[in-house]
Amino acid sequence: MNLPIYLDNNATTPMDPRVLEAMLPYFTTKFGNAASRNHPFGWVAEEGVDYAREQVAKLIGASEKEIIFTSGATESDNLAIKGVFEMYKEKGNHIVTTVTEHKAVLDACKHVEKLGGKVTYLPVKEDGLVDLELLEQSMTPETILVSVMYGNNEIGVIQPIKEISAIAHKHGALFMTDAVQAVGKIPVNVNTDGIDLLALSAHKIYGPKGVGALYVRRKGPRVKVTAQMDGGGHERGMRSGTLNVPGIVGLGKACELCGQEMESEAKRLSALRDKLQTSLLELEESYVNGNVEHRLPHVANISFKYVEGEGLMMAMKDLAVSSGSACTSASLEPSYVLKSLGLSDDLAHSSIRFGLGRFTTEEEVDYAIEVTKKSVNHLRELSPLWEMFKEGVDLSKIEWAEH
Amino acid sequence: MAYSDKVIDHYTNPRNVGTLDKSSHKVGTGLVGAPECGDVMRLQIEVGEDNVITDAKFKTFGCGSAIASSSLATEWLKGKSIDDAMKIDNMDIVEELALPPVKIHCSVLAEDAIKAAINDFRVKNGMAPIESEKVHH
Repeated sequence: MNLPIYLDNNATTPMDPRVLEAMLPYFTTKFGNAASRNHPFGWVAEEGVDYAREQVAKLIGASEKEIIFTSGATESDNLAIKGVFEMYKEKGNHIVTTVTEHKAVLDACKHVEKLGGKVTYLPVKEDGLVDLELLEQSMTPETILVSVMYGNNEIGVIQPIKEISAIAHKHGALFMTDAVQAVGKIPVNVNTDGIDLLALSAHKIYGPKGVGALYVRRKGPRVKVTAQMDGGGHERGMRSGTLNVPGIVGLGKACELCGQEMESEAKRLSALRDKLQTSLLELEESYVNGNVEHRLPHVANISFKYVEGEGLMMAMKDLAVSSGSACTSASLEPSYVLKSLGLSDDLAHSSIRFGLGRFTTEEEVDYAIEVTKKSVNHLRELSPLWEMFKEGVDLSKIEWAEH
Repeated sequence: MAYSDKVIDHYTNPRNVGTLDKSSHKVGTGLVGAPECGDVMRLQIEVGEDNVITDAKFKTFGCGSAIASSSLATEWLKGKSIDDAMKIDNMDIVEELALPPVKIHCSVLAEDAIKAAINDFRVKNGMAPIESEKVHH
């Protein structure tokens, strides 16, 4: 077992060697521009792109004509939200999204507000799921788009996508989902799920960084987005720019592998995740954040009360994990996702996200359990809050000097 | 973000972790920060003859820099008179631990904890608390 251990697979994943192998020829011998129609170098590159388009489409139950390659999910989110707003602004100017979305969605929505759009940011329930009644009430005749993420990057909760898209469609709005964390991990199907636009990324599914895709529905209804970059009119005019052929080939291969291995991987990872979670919950005053029934198989977000997350991560120096604490940011604001679950700031500061992946072994999980337990106990020995808790002091009754 | 060697040293081997009897008239306790902000420091001093600090203990809930700042503070406090201890400046801690700008608040908290502990001791022993007029960096 090599240290440090990588348990931050929601941030990014290592590339699968099989993906790298598929990509390599496209850097050297098959280097052509996929838009060069008049010689074999271009044709070979285009073939690679076409095949990748089929591989991506297949994973999400789409047609290859509905896949627009981008530089990643941030661009896909931007293109979807700003592109739909521009294209459909005659029809309406209202977008509904949630407070727990990725920043790429939230910030694109803020941009739309500056352009005169109206955006409703739905709160979520304590378990992180969207309140469907509230969504229903938020819909107006002006609503053109509902954008709700498939699986959350911090807590892993899976939204009721079918129900959400049905509500959007009932009110004549399009449904878009940032499915970066879900695609390749759990079955996602644009038709049975009622998805009109979907953002995905290669580097979360063992592919390369710097490439992603936007699914744009072509039939029932035919969806259009206004291009956000002007240029050669690539990707059916929706995304100009010379195609990143090796990256696209890598994304395709990554999707193919996920399609083949997802079912067994999900079982393996959820068993490992459950082992990790069960063991860590043996620690006093530790809590899982977010719904545990509707959750991605490889994620567990756990708060260890009376221990601060960043300090904890420093103790677990051989574990690469992430914390909802933001002691490094100037604002000192903990995770907005955890806060939106109604978690108090101190519990949000005490959270650690464990993200397992394709290359995580049981031995690594066992090591992670041991190190985490040891570190939490060590830091509690140092924690005045833990001491006060043990003495029965009610911490909420103390007048803290906020700084 | 990379931590300095001194922060790592204090974090890994924190000095003077513990609790003094807060009901003793020789002990001053400073509890500063807030759980919502992600750091709480409790610093205690035991003061002997001639108002010299004979012992210091801390417990801290916070990041590595907060733990290191309070650990360092306890080291500096021992053997100092309470008047000299009052002069410890947060920027001295910043310098010693090579704290980056985003971690300066940890040193401010440590300075606040020192002053709070001294004033707690002063008040317990019939002395007026010293108001700090300093504007923090």
